Amino acid sequence: MAPRAAPRSARRWPLLGFALVALALALVGPGRASPLVADLSKHLVAITTGFAGTDVLLFGAVEDPGDVVVVVRGPMTRHVLHRKSRIAGIWVNTSTMTFESAPSFFAVASSRPLEEVANEIVRERNEMEVGHLIELPPAKASANVAAVWEEALIRNKAREGLYRIEPEKVSFSGPRLFRTDMFFPANVPTGSYQVNVYLLRDGDVVSAQTTPLVISKIGLEADIFLFAHEQSAWYGLIAIALALLAGWLAHIAFRRV
Amino acid sequence: MQIYLPIAEMSVNVFLLLGLGGAVGLLSGIFGVGGGFLMTPILIFIGVPAPVAVGTEANQIVASSVSGVLAHWSRGNVDFKMGFVLLLGGIAGSSFGVWLFSVLRDIGQVDFVIRLSYVIFLGIIGSLMFVESLRAMRRRRSAGAAQRKLHKHTWVHGLPFKMRFRKSKLYISALLPFGVGFLVGVLAAIMGVGGGFIMVPAMIYLLGMPTSVVVGTSLFQIIFVTANVTFLQATANQTVDVVLALLLLTGGVIGAQIGAKLSGKLRGEQLRILLAMMVLAVCGKLLTDLAVTPDDIYSLGLAH
Repeated sequence: MAPRAAPRSARRWPLLGFALVALALALVGPGRASPLVADLSKHLVAITTGFAGTDVLLFGAVEDPGDVVVVVRGPMTRHVLHRKSRIAGIWVNTSTMTFESAPSFFAVASSRPLEEVANEIVRERNEMEVGHLIELPPAKASANVAAVWEEALIRNKAREGLYRIEPEKVSFSGPRLFRTDMFFPANVPTGSYQVNVYLLRDGDVVSAQTTPLVISKIGLEADIFLFAHEQSAWYGLIAIALALLAGWLAHIAFRRV
Repeated sequence: MQIYLPIAEMSVNVFLLLGLGGAVGLLSGIFGVGGGFLMTPILIFIGVPAPVAVGTEANQIVASSVSGVLAHWSRGNVDFKMGFVLLLGGIAGSSFGVWLFSVLRDIGQVDFVIRLSYVIFLGIIGSLMFVESLRAMRRRRSAGAAQRKLHKHTWVHGLPFKMRFRKSKLYISALLPFGVGFLVGVLAAIMGVGGGFIMVPAMIYLLGMPTSVVVGTSLFQIIFVTANVTFLQATANQTVDVVLALLLLTGGVIGAQIGAKLSGKLRGEQLRILLAMMVLAVCGKLLTDLAVTPDDIYSLGLAH
């Protein structure tokens, strides 16, 4: 159903984009050129048969020089984390923590190291670090324990290439034009992404822009995945039928040889 | 050439999968083993999520067992009555196994249980095979082989629900094949194997079936049990990747044909020792993975 759902939401974005532009214009005020313009080389990353990760180019211009920070956020999803302990010489998962809401993908690129560009308060207000977006489970005891779990979540997602911090990846050509390549690995989660571009000067956000990006399985892969999840009984029967057919064909071929 | 596997959600080289299917198929052709017990751990080693490796292997085994059973059927080597009782046990066992699999998945232990089951079974089978083939080599040198008693009366023959299995020339309790089928069904669901490596010895030594009908009958049972596992894994856990299964079985079919031709020309015992060592190596790798302190004791689980 999602291939149908994707175009439907695609129809919604121009509206959203329009609303954002209108909002940006209202914030900037009339009669002035926008201090920040940015766009993506594509707004749809299609996961097809040959998909092995891809780069999306973000490019833009600023009116006056400053620092640029690009934050890419995947849809917020539930994450489950296990911790192992050693039992009788073997490592076994012994405790589990569920994060109700954390970004499935998060990447931040900046023209200079993030700490030099903005102070803690500015970073937090604009959700420039993944920690600002992770909802900690309320039930668990102390703040220290929660922090250890959060760190572990970030570390694990980083190892899968799904949380990335890339200082100095935004490059300027001349004082006004900037660009950055955003890499999405093969295991990138699907869904509606948000690309936030911030222009900072003297540690303050002067301007910001949000651009949507959709990552979606397209074609045969999407069909198989959806079919497996939505018509799983038929999927199972077809998988068996294919195997029976293949086995029978092999038998025929074997007899002839 | 990379291909994106829709259920495993990863990108893998097509030729690697065809090659793996071919290599394992070659071994199964030479030794007449199913190969699931090698393929599932190898899939786990190359990064396929363990639940997907298990569900997909069950699907592939359906195919390899069909081609196997048709060959045995044409030679009349299938005891359908025995197969049917085994199958009843197998359906019950595999349904229970898939349910257990879902429960383990929910509590985050399925990976561990799959790996541990492999360590245990590969360890046992590998060592037995190793010792057995060493002994066989020695026996060849010093001829005189010890004869096994044809029929021994044990507690096994005191069980109720006796049934006559004409083809196997047996009059035994139906509970026995049912129990064997059940156990193998559980293993099929949790480990993604056909279970021939457990069932064949159990049929020969525990049930006392004649060797001629053992392989055909076990393959007959395996088709339906792995089909049941495929269906239940697909509906309960969505862990069957047909793209992966098709690639593996394409390689597997070709490998098995070459292997079957080679098997006549090769020396049995040395090869069996090689296979035993390979099984033990896979077991050792899985065991060290479990025993060595992990780089990170935290790991991401499946969120529903």
